[in-house]
Amino acid sequence: MSAVTRKNRDGRTRARLSSGKAGSLLRLVFSLAITFFGLLLVTFLIGRVLPIDPVLAAVGDRAPQAVYDRVREEMGLNLPLWQQFFIYISNILQGDFGRSVLTSNPVLEDIKRVFPATLELATIATIIGVILGIPAGVFAAINKGKWPDHVVRVIGLAGYSMPIFWLGLMGLLVFYMKLDWVAGPGRLDAFYVDFIEPTTGLMLVDTLIEGDMDLFWNAVSHIILPASILAYFSLAYIARMTRSFMLEQLSQEYILTARVKGISEHRIIWRHALGNVMVPLVTVIALSYANLLEGSVLTEIIFAWPGLGLYITNSLLNADMNAVLGGTVVVGAVFISVNMLSDVLYRFLDPRARR
Amino acid sequence: MRKFIAGLVMGTALITTPLAAQADTPKNALVMAFAIDDMITLDPAQMFEFTGLEYAGNTYDRLIGYDNDDVSKIYGVIAESWDVSEDGKTFTFKVRDGIKFASGNDLTAEDAAFSLQRVVLLDGSPAFILGQFGLTPDNVKEKIYATDASTLVMELDKPYAPSFVLYCLTAGIGSVVDKKEVLAHEVDGDLGADWMKTNYAGSGPFALNKWTAGQSLSLTANENYWDGVPEMKRVIIRNVKEAASQQLLLEKGDIDIARNLEADQLASIKGDDDIKIMSKGKGALWYLGLSQKNEYLSNPKVREALKYLVDYKGISETILAGRSQIHQAFLPEGFLGAYNENPYDLNIEKAKSLLAEAGLADGFSVTMDTRNTTSIMAMAQSIQATWAQVGINLEIIPGDGKQTLTKYRARQHDIYIGRWSPDYQDPQTNASTFAWNPDNSDDATAKPLTWRNSWNPGPLTDEVDQAILERDGDKRAEMYVDLQKKVLEDGPFVIMFQETEIASMRKNVNNLVLAPSFDNNSYRFVTKD
Repeated sequence: MSAVTRKNRDGRTRARLSSGKAGSLLRLVFSLAITFFGLLLVTFLIGRVLPIDPVLAAVGDRAPQAVYDRVREEMGLNLPLWQQFFIYISNILQGDFGRSVLTSNPVLEDIKRVFPATLELATIATIIGVILGIPAGVFAAINKGKWPDHVVRVIGLAGYSMPIFWLGLMGLLVFYMKLDWVAGPGRLDAFYVDFIEPTTGLMLVDTLIEGDMDLFWNAVSHIILPASILAYFSLAYIARMTRSFMLEQLSQEYILTARVKGISEHRIIWRHALGNVMVPLVTVIALSYANLLEGSVLTEIIFAWPGLGLYITNSLLNADMNAVLGGTVVVGAVFISVNMLSDVLYRFLDPRARR
Repeated sequence: MRKFIAGLVMGTALITTPLAAQADTPKNALVMAFAIDDMITLDPAQMFEFTGLEYAGNTYDRLIGYDNDDVSKIYGVIAESWDVSEDGKTFTFKVRDGIKFASGNDLTAEDAAFSLQRVVLLDGSPAFILGQFGLTPDNVKEKIYATDASTLVMELDKPYAPSFVLYCLTAGIGSVVDKKEVLAHEVDGDLGADWMKTNYAGSGPFALNKWTAGQSLSLTANENYWDGVPEMKRVIIRNVKEAASQQLLLEKGDIDIARNLEADQLASIKGDDDIKIMSKGKGALWYLGLSQKNEYLSNPKVREALKYLVDYKGISETILAGRSQIHQAFLPEGFLGAYNENPYDLNIEKAKSLLAEAGLADGFSVTMDTRNTTSIMAMAQSIQATWAQVGINLEIIPGDGKQTLTKYRARQHDIYIGRWSPDYQDPQTNASTFAWNPDNSDDATAKPLTWRNSWNPGPLTDEVDQAILERDGDKRAEMYVDLQKKVLEDGPFVIMFQETEIASMRKNVNNLVLAPSFDNNSYRFVTKD
């Protein structure tokens, strides 16, 4: 997804440069449209050149040839590639993303179901990552070269290099099996599965809406471990970036001035230095949040978490292209909107950008 | 600062500790972890996936059933009894009285006729099972009909072996659906196809509560069930793909049954007193398909040599540990006419001399398309090592399941390591794929495994066609034994193992039924201590 990131970030820079001018909105819409078109075209082509027969997903291996041929035609696969793409795009413009072969639901309905699971997980993970990552980074920066700095760096490095698959299973083994602190795989205990009608699709919110505190705590106990494991990764990244931003700020002259004026060290670090660090940090956090929102396939598999990553991967392995394309559009949209959101925050935090 | 971090750590610990509220699953509910993401429809007329068929088996009743321990015993379920006409072409079923659908509607012969017609009319993947009897969307309404509320008539184009016809009706397509309910949801003459993909209209021991694709499936006991209401009031199946996660859930007691544990997990739960294991021979066969387009593999001596070049015992005991038995003929044990002798052993010397006879004493190079799952890769590697001993250089081409399958179906492989499972309980299902190939050309209309491997079985094709018309059960069985021996000798298939299904469960779970096919795996008798 790094290509997408870069593209979106370009789009953002362009949008910012022209902000305030009359055509800016139009230009923004245009650049978004081009981005999405490119995204769809590339995904579509990849899907079609994959050496996987999409009809297999629809009819299975054992369907007789006649059924196979009929379904192939129904899926429009006998048309030339450009025509298939054209039909797909015009359907999308009418808001029709087609049906998933695997789930036999309209793709949008599927995504409405799986995306909240990922959103919930990514949000909690990012919150944990920010709450722990920023102080850890600051802490490391003010103790540069001393043991707290090394500890934070080692923890960060470990977080970056440990395979998430292993970490997830170990987490389950320790905190679920042995210590009994958290609940196991799934978003709720299996027995509660149908007790909740999805309103928002966010389990923590839905249980609160229904006012069932037992279910709410059950959901919390299920999300805490996968979210912490995902958070570990963003924490490592956020702490590292905070540390280097802080070091840069702390060597600035205004810090020296502040110290000379006798302002307390506490205030200098948390107010003056961190205040300035927040601006670039917002971009870092937004990026790591957007990455989590793609869905982490391995985490979702281990924790039986029915999210977007699992949905897209599973669809891709079955050449269920409607679902893959739908999912890709969502991921693209998420990246763009998170980027735009960080833009807004940026302006809010940096007085210079407001002008 | 230090205080702040300490506070955070304490805070997190405080939040997490009280969450450890754990209880066993309720006494009257069965909770299961099962990889069910291959389930694509709930309509018994369209489904062909193991998980889907297991669902249908628990929620619908079929006309005919067979004994799980002795498949040769066929008995009526919805059909109380049946008659076959003199000429062998007309079957008349008497439908049991007093059965109600979960909806409350009465089940009649009219529903049974509609259900079978619907399979043929919708023409989905499993429709060919009825198509074998000359039933087509054009004629099915005249050929299958109810003469009154309890009499169902089925007219066939030829006098097929009665066992063949009856076994076919034990498959998922024999599920009787609630005509009134289905037609109430018909849209544009689709016979309720769209609605039935995700809904339920049956009479079985359980009714559908809710299916969330790729996530979970839950059932409730059908309080109208005619043959004893199940003790489990709810059955909850959660899709858990990862075997290690299933193991943890089971050990913890958060689920009652784990369905997809693999060799690693099975070995590690062996010592756990709270868990027991149940196993049952299934119909699926593991085999190597040898493409006859390949110049080496088309040599009969090479084919024979390769059958001596599999470490049957080693693979079965280590890689598939407990999940298979050695089986080399194309009919799995338990089928009518199954040939249970295994003439081939690992025999390097014998293979060497066969290769020398073929003029390939120095071996050759060949590729094998292999699904990249742990156990299939391990099997392939074992075979690779064995073949290296006789100078055959086997290159393993790993790929995703659908990817290798696509290549196999297009006849672009040298060797394919595959798993084949029968479509229904009659021997014809495997005979028609391992020994029958009426047209070996690229644009054939029927593409059985023989075709995929470009093998023309010659006179065997006719013999298969004869076997489904043999009305004497014993004679019919003999014909299949003969076919199996011939394929064993000369066929392009190195059939290796028959699969065993394993379910791991908590000790307090009793009476789960595992059957030769997934259709008959049943939860209705389950009780919990």
